[in-house]
Amino acid sequence: MNLPAMETGLLLAGILFILGLLSVLIRRNTLFMLMSVEIMLNAAGLAFIVAGARWGQPDGQVMFLFILAMAAAEVSVGLALILQIHHQLNTIDSDAANRMKG
Amino acid sequence: MTLWLIPALPYLGALILILAGSKLSKQMAGIIGCGSMGLSALWTGVTGIAFLSGGREPVRLQLWEWFDVAGWNPGVTLYFDSLSLVFTFVITFVGFLIHVYSTGYMARDEGFNRFFAYLNLFVGSMLMLVLADNLLLLYLGWEGVGLCSYLLIGFWYQDPANGAAARKAFIVTRIGDTAFAIGLFMLFQTLGTLNIGAILAEAGSALSGDGAASWPGGPAGATAIALLLVGGAVGKSAQIPLQTWLPDAMAGPTPVSALIHAATMVTAGVYLIARMHGIFELSPVSMQVVSLIGTITLLVAGCSALCQSDLKRVLAYSTISQIGYMFLALGLGAWSAAIFHFFTHAFFKALLFLGAGAIIESLHHEQNIFRMGGLRKELPVVFITFLIGSASLAALPLVTAGFFSKDQILWMAFAGEHGSLGLWIAASVGAFLTALYTFRMVFVTFWGETKTPVTHRPGKAMTIPLIILALFSLLAGFIEVPHNLGHITLFSSFLASVLPSPELITDSLLMEWMSQAAAALLTLGGIGLAYEYYVRNPQSLAGMKRNTGALQRFFHSGFGFDRLYDSLLIQPYTWLARVNRRDITDSLYTGLARFSIWLHRQSAQTQTGILRHYLLGAAIGALIILTISIFI
Amino acid sequence: MNLAFNIAAVIAIVCTVMVVTRYNIMHALLYLVTSFMAVAVIFFTYGAPFIAALELIVYAGAIMVLMVFVIMMLNLGGGSAAQEKQWLSLRVWVFPAILSLILLGELIWLIYSEQYIGSEQIKVVDTKEVAVALYGPYVVAVELSAMLLMAGIVGAYHLGRQRKKIVHRFLERSNP
Repeated sequence: MNLPAMETGLLLAGILFILGLLSVLIRRNTLFMLMSVEIMLNAAGLAFIVAGARWGQPDGQVMFLFILAMAAAEVSVGLALILQIHHQLNTIDSDAANRMKG
Repeated sequence: MTLWLIPALPYLGALILILAGSKLSKQMAGIIGCGSMGLSALWTGVTGIAFLSGGREPVRLQLWEWFDVAGWNPGVTLYFDSLSLVFTFVITFVGFLIHVYSTGYMARDEGFNRFFAYLNLFVGSMLMLVLADNLLLLYLGWEGVGLCSYLLIGFWYQDPANGAAARKAFIVTRIGDTAFAIGLFMLFQTLGTLNIGAILAEAGSALSGDGAASWPGGPAGATAIALLLVGGAVGKSAQIPLQTWLPDAMAGPTPVSALIHAATMVTAGVYLIARMHGIFELSPVSMQVVSLIGTITLLVAGCSALCQSDLKRVLAYSTISQIGYMFLALGLGAWSAAIFHFFTHAFFKALLFLGAGAIIESLHHEQNIFRMGGLRKELPVVFITFLIGSASLAALPLVTAGFFSKDQILWMAFAGEHGSLGLWIAASVGAFLTALYTFRMVFVTFWGETKTPVTHRPGKAMTIPLIILALFSLLAGFIEVPHNLGHITLFSSFLASVLPSPELITDSLLMEWMSQAAAALLTLGGIGLAYEYYVRNPQSLAGMKRNTGALQRFFHSGFGFDRLYDSLLIQPYTWLARVNRRDITDSLYTGLARFSIWLHRQSAQTQTGILRHYLLGAAIGALIILTISIFI
Repeated sequence: MNLAFNIAAVIAIVCTVMVVTRYNIMHALLYLVTSFMAVAVIFFTYGAPFIAALELIVYAGAIMVLMVFVIMMLNLGGGSAAQEKQWLSLRVWVFPAILSLILLGELIWLIYSEQYIGSEQIKVVDTKEVAVALYGPYVVAVELSAMLLMAGIVGAYHLGRQRKKIVHRFLERSNP
């Protein structure tokens, strides 16, 4: 089967990852940040898939499954946290939640 | 042999007084203090008689081994020979008299018991010093004496000036003690022992061989050790340049001045040099240094004594001056002459100090001689004894002890193998000065009009020691009489087993007569001059005083040594201390701490609590790691 | 297959760029879903159909629906888009953009700096192999991720519970 080259797939993963990172860095809205993190995780998963396909091994896909599970857990906890922040501070601005200087 | 009882008794007395001092009555404390001293003196007499009748063999008594380090095991060992006997006798006997006197003098003082504890401790340490078999034990006694002098000078500690005087004495003698300690280190390094007998044996064999060259440390080593020992002796014996503490040490009670600063402690330096004479014989340079120090000191102190108005300071400077004579004799190699002068000086100087104490107490603690006067009739016993002491100090010919001892030194300065005409002239001028200032003091104090009324007369406890000491001041000289006057050499032949006698370069009888005549004339001249100026014709003195005010002030300040040291050492030191109040070496560490705090503040700035900044930090970190992994 | 890959890749990048630049969160979310779909196609082209399906179901489906619900719960109106526009000023962009570009450059350098074996080597890995690997050597990791999900559920329940607002009295006074 004529598959796309591995470099191209990794390049795409890299571009997506960098876009996610950029988004995380510039956003103040926690929901947007969470979405950007999803982009980055997805990009990382893509890299695993491409590499797994290159070697013809199932390990890449297994890793993707783990990433998927982790992303699901992270999103559920993250969204609950956002709800709490909004409940406490009446905003979802991440800069507003700085009182602990943590 | 129960030699150990001699130092042990005063120590025991001190121990009892220290432990139970607050519970004992004054009477009881006096009995313990004087009793322990009296027994010690008695025992010295018994031991001395046994020693004299028993072939005069030196006795060595090891009490116990002090410590044992790498094969070196100095013991607490007592050594008793004729030199020790002379010192022990003077210390215990004069010490006992001063103790008795103190019961009268200090009777109304609150610190009576404390005073006797210190006094006993002092005497015990001094006995330890002169009885020590090795230099380490000697050093223990040496330091114990220094400690006790500090305690006793600052006895009336409520007055800050007394505390300052005590500190001064302690610190100045400490300079000498440090030199002494270094000397001991060098000695130990050279010989591997501090045993006095072993050191003297080594020095003797070097001397009978080919001189200092066969000494293990070479001639330079011997000279260095000798000079360092001189440094210690100079500090303890208040010789130039470390003499400044003694006049101030008069801040202590007068019996203390008599005991410590006249009769015993200050002569520790003389004892040290006499005891270590073997090393000095190896080093002619150090002998010259010693005689030079003695000469300069006796002249400087004599001039200073001439202008003092405080009775005790006159005596203090005269002490310095007389010890200068002893040093001169030591430097000349006239060991037994120095010890003889020590022997007589102990009596008449203790007498003078005790007499001065009686006067001062009678006049309600008035010490200025120009506010005394006319005491001749008021205090007859004190007057006569004081006059005898003064005559002895001034070396009145033929009848006083001081004459015989000083004459011997003068003759040695002239005729001894190390002597010279210059030294003889200096010593003779010193004798003239001594007569002048002594009788100036006597005439001003006892003649003329009564200026301060006598409020209190000395009791028997004070007068009896004075009388006994006066007798000794007159008679002690006759155990050693120059050969042209009768030739009695009891003292020098007694010491001959320990101390060698110097070679005479001339034994001309005529020269000796002339020397004695000159000394006698100078003494009489000094007395006459004092009589002329202070009794018969005081107006001429007033004119002279006006013309020489600056010189007088210079003499009065002890040749400005205090001011010199103040500007040379104390001021720079206090300046340094002031500048360095915040400790320059510390600033390195405080600086480190401050830098850490600053760094902490700076890095705390990055902790903004804003999530994006942290993410940015993580991204930059990732970038750096990636960059490193690519390019390195 | 290459054509499909190229088209899907372009769509994925464009949609992600749109996600990054949108002010309205709902629009961004829809672009994100589209991006995930494009990535699912790419998975398919790399011979991982099972993963492609999971991508659609879990990412584009479940997770995105969760986010939509949260957005609805927070009730972010038109004001939030204006707020977002205000936040995303040029000043905020510049430094992260430069940083990201440098990172991207380094990633590209890494990817192309070494000569890889040609693409003809790439082959399809079917679901069965994945399943065998998952429950063979990776079974411990599966257990661990199960625990992770459990923790996620409990945490989400705990954090998401609406309690009565309890603020410490001192904090309340200092923060009127």
